[in-house]
Amino acid sequence: MTTNQALFQYCLRLGDTNLILGHRLSEMCSRGPMLEEDIALTNFALDHIGQAEALLQYAGKLEGKGRSEDDLSYLRNVEEFENFRLVEQPNTDFAYVIARQFLVDVYQCLLYQKMQKSSDETLAGMGSRFLKESTYHLRHTSGWMERLGLGTDESKRRIQQAINDLWPYTPEMLSVRPYEKELTAQGIIPDAEEIALDWLVQVVRVLSRSGLHKPQDVVVPPPSTHSDHLVRMLAEMQYLQRTYPDARW
Amino acid sequence: MEKLHDFQRFIDAEEKIEPKDWMPDEYRAHNIRQISQHAHSEVIGMQPEGNWITRAPTLRAKKILLAKIQDEGGHGLYLYSAAETLGISRDEMIAQLHAGKAKYSSVFNYPTLNWADIGAIGWLVDGAAVTNQLSLRRTSFGPYSRAMLRICNEESFHQRQGYEIMLKMAKGTPEQKEMAQDALNRWWWPSLMMFGPHDNQSARSTKGMLWKIKRASNDELRQRFIDKTVPQAEFLGLTIPDPKLRWNEATGHYETSDINWEEFNQVIQGNGPCNKERMDHHKQVHAEGAWVREAAAAYAARKQEQLVEV
Repeated sequence: MTTNQALFQYCLRLGDTNLILGHRLSEMCSRGPMLEEDIALTNFALDHIGQAEALLQYAGKLEGKGRSEDDLSYLRNVEEFENFRLVEQPNTDFAYVIARQFLVDVYQCLLYQKMQKSSDETLAGMGSRFLKESTYHLRHTSGWMERLGLGTDESKRRIQQAINDLWPYTPEMLSVRPYEKELTAQGIIPDAEEIALDWLVQVVRVLSRSGLHKPQDVVVPPPSTHSDHLVRMLAEMQYLQRTYPDARW
Repeated sequence: MEKLHDFQRFIDAEEKIEPKDWMPDEYRAHNIRQISQHAHSEVIGMQPEGNWITRAPTLRAKKILLAKIQDEGGHGLYLYSAAETLGISRDEMIAQLHAGKAKYSSVFNYPTLNWADIGAIGWLVDGAAVTNQLSLRRTSFGPYSRAMLRICNEESFHQRQGYEIMLKMAKGTPEQKEMAQDALNRWWWPSLMMFGPHDNQSARSTKGMLWKIKRASNDELRQRFIDKTVPQAEFLGLTIPDPKLRWNEATGHYETSDINWEEFNQVIQGNGPCNKERMDHHKQVHAEGAWVREAAAAYAARKQEQLVEV
């Protein structure tokens, strides 16, 4: 695998994660528990889709086959998607939306902080731009972790449940892909192992401040394949592009 | 009587009424009704458009649509705030909506059946709304007038994005053009209905005009919208679904068939294609969010106590 091919894979992984998370959040439009939150979640969706757009555009350029960010989003099949399994999990209730977002926000803040220092100028630029957005997201979701954890018995039960149910998907998010090692050694991408260590410290800090506990370590991880949820999501997302292949939108 | 006389003189001098000023109860009630209806319309309007976010055909289209719907939510927020200055809470307004006492724009009781509907809503529905809102910038109640100033800027962006979608569809493949025409066929009449009954049928217009809450009549605004929109449809190469539509050289206006008032009344009375769906959705989401709002309130109360103890 050449450096370009490895970096292409890496950008797909980050780009797809943003695309799928942005899509999940966009499903929350007109479904927030209050109007302010509806607007906030739509805003986050917008940020993630913007990040996906930039990353997938760069991926297309690295690949060199003339595929645009839209081609990559709308014309790939489920097995070609590289997103974290965590972000395709459904919006079961507001606690799941917040828990999922919080776990990713901590990760992305750490990632983008380090990415700013990449030897690859494009990645470095994206890192500093995305960090501003993710810092704001994390402030928002940490606030909700605390509010739900310390709010009522019901909110505490729900947010703990969401964290417990989503926890098994975190090792996959934190894992290092084989193609990453060489890129990290060259200073192109952040060291995922360092991120994983910091991630746990920060997550546990917020959990304990919120009166919540860290779930037990995952013994048997969920299958590494995508879920049915993603298949259904792509069917909806890609509907127009697939149905009218000659059309320009 | 004296007060009422001064109030009218103040209004006639084009001064703005502010929340702490004296105002007749009927003026207050009229504004609460109109502003809350406007706020509810912004919020309910998020549903038909939100319906297509997950199917937007490009990342750019998805971003624009998300930004637009986010704006609508924001409009809802500052309109609720403007109404709150008159002594009603957002909870009360939502309760009135759920009880059927407060209305929202009937146009949102129609379904969005294809992607061109998103274009048509921006072009026609936002276009009609902005025609009305431009005139409301001069409304006599200060907070409402200021909210309109801000909202109008954003709405004209919405209208442009809608027209851009229509343009792409109308100049696209035969199937896309068909979708564009279909969307225009379905949204044209509901958009004209947005301006309300004819002037001679509109009971509330007289007081509203006297107090300068309304600044132009329903028929005047509707005509303004028609005159502006027909040439835009021609540019798109689409046909307005009205066989009687013609340009009247003498008056300098387009003439149209009359609106189907039976349909208008049915939709207002709750019998439109999506009335039940829209209200059920809003009620369900509101009920599902109750535990979150309770948690936020409990947390805020606890923080407040801690502050007091310190």
